[in-house]
Amino acid sequence: MSTVDLATTPLRELNAALHRLTPDTNETYWRLLNPRGQHSVAAGIDVPITVEIDGHVGYYCAGMNKQANVIVHGNAGQGVAENMISGQVHVKGDASQAAGATGCGGLLVIDGNASARCGISMKGIDIVVKGSVGHLSAFMAQAGNLVVVGDAGEALGDSIYEAHLFVRGKVKSLGADCIEKPLKEHHKAELRKLLDSAGVNGVELGEFRRYGSARRLYHFHIDNVGSY
Amino acid sequence: MCGIVGLFLKDPELESGLGALLARMLGTLSDRGPDSAGFAIYGRETSGRMKLTLRASPGYDMTGLMERLSLIAGAELPHEIRDTHVVITAPAEQAAAMRTELARVAGINVVGAGRRMEIFKEVGRPDRVTHRFRLAGMAGTHGIGHTRMATESAVTTDGAHPFTTGPDQCLVHNGSLSNHNAVRRELIRHGLSFRTENDSEVAAGFMTWKMREGASLEETLNASLDKLDGFYTFVVGTETGFGVLRDPIACKPAVMAETDRWVAFGTEYRALVDLPGIESARVWEPEPATPYLWERC
Repeated sequence: MSTVDLATTPLRELNAALHRLTPDTNETYWRLLNPRGQHSVAAGIDVPITVEIDGHVGYYCAGMNKQANVIVHGNAGQGVAENMISGQVHVKGDASQAAGATGCGGLLVIDGNASARCGISMKGIDIVVKGSVGHLSAFMAQAGNLVVVGDAGEALGDSIYEAHLFVRGKVKSLGADCIEKPLKEHHKAELRKLLDSAGVNGVELGEFRRYGSARRLYHFHIDNVGSY
Repeated sequence: MCGIVGLFLKDPELESGLGALLARMLGTLSDRGPDSAGFAIYGRETSGRMKLTLRASPGYDMTGLMERLSLIAGAELPHEIRDTHVVITAPAEQAAAMRTELARVAGINVVGAGRRMEIFKEVGRPDRVTHRFRLAGMAGTHGIGHTRMATESAVTTDGAHPFTTGPDQCLVHNGSLSNHNAVRRELIRHGLSFRTENDSEVAAGFMTWKMREGASLEETLNASLDKLDGFYTFVVGTETGFGVLRDPIACKPAVMAETDRWVAFGTEYRALVDLPGIESARVWEPEPATPYLWERC
């Protein structure tokens, strides 16, 4: 186990050490102390290791993550797991804006709430939020799944492409071209898998509603030709 | 960018260290706003007296000014000089006359007035600015501060925050307003005057005007949501506490934390990490378009 105290070790030194790791590394478990809200903690990892962070982190924690399992024992600032490719990021507290933004793959689990623009422009990432999400979540979401066990704020799924949205609580409003869609058996199976992988228990699949694209906005329509 | 902070102490034991805590919070946010810095401190009041914070041009003859003001007061005026600023504790009934007199003095600007509020702001890196004003040695119940990265107007002391919005009240702003020119023209028609082209000064002017018309701080913050267009997180310091407001889109970051001993605001969590007991504080992000108010009972 490697323990790094970020109160004494410069962040660049830590991230450089994580980037130097090779796929066959024996240093597969890292514990980071005193992150004190610093930005870009454990960003850009590309090896199958586990990183546990004790405390609150700043912006872009675990950004661009590939393969690694990053656990934040605290809150995360803006853009946690931004552009994640694979692996898993688990925030035990709340996440600020743009959690999982542009993520292409992997799983982001947030035990608390995520604020505005969660999953903005997501491209294949799976995001499970055990609390609620803020306004404009899944804005222009292209692919992947966003599961919200609590409520969703205004303009959910605005200008959405083909991402799947599941919300158990209230949705304040839907964004342009986002509509409710039937929750069919194969969607339930998909949702069950996501809830299980995030460790969500005690909720019924039937309590969720599914939302997605009405597909009226992102196809060219001859009636709109004057707008171009 | 810009950075803003606010600290409200519930535990009187911490009051002697307010300035030191606030100075560290501002220092951390230097990289969000290296152009200028400012802060308002709410310290002890003296019964029947009003504090006037004056800012003078560099090299101004402060001693001469104090002699002149003492002549108006008919007695020596208690005052404290801190770098380019001086805080005068004047008899409350003479404060208005003194302000009229000061308005005639070139090179002097009243940056704040109130029973408890003192305002200090200057151009330069925030850690250097707070050092020049000896913030770390100041005591009080609460304070707010700002580090500025200028976007909408020039880097000048007049463009530095906080902006006063009335007696014992001031505003710091992170963001940029898009309709400030139109609102400024409207407020000028209502009789307000402005010193700069700065957007935040307009927000302060709008709040001043609303409260002058009889609105409460909460009503004023709600009215700001309708009137002011653009990006903003505001922190407003008052005689007994402070208020926080984020625009409906919540473009600008904001973090709050609370323990039994204090309530704190920071643009980033980094600004709060040296507060006592932060490890066990409740930390959360304030909701957009929702006024938050903390008042001392």
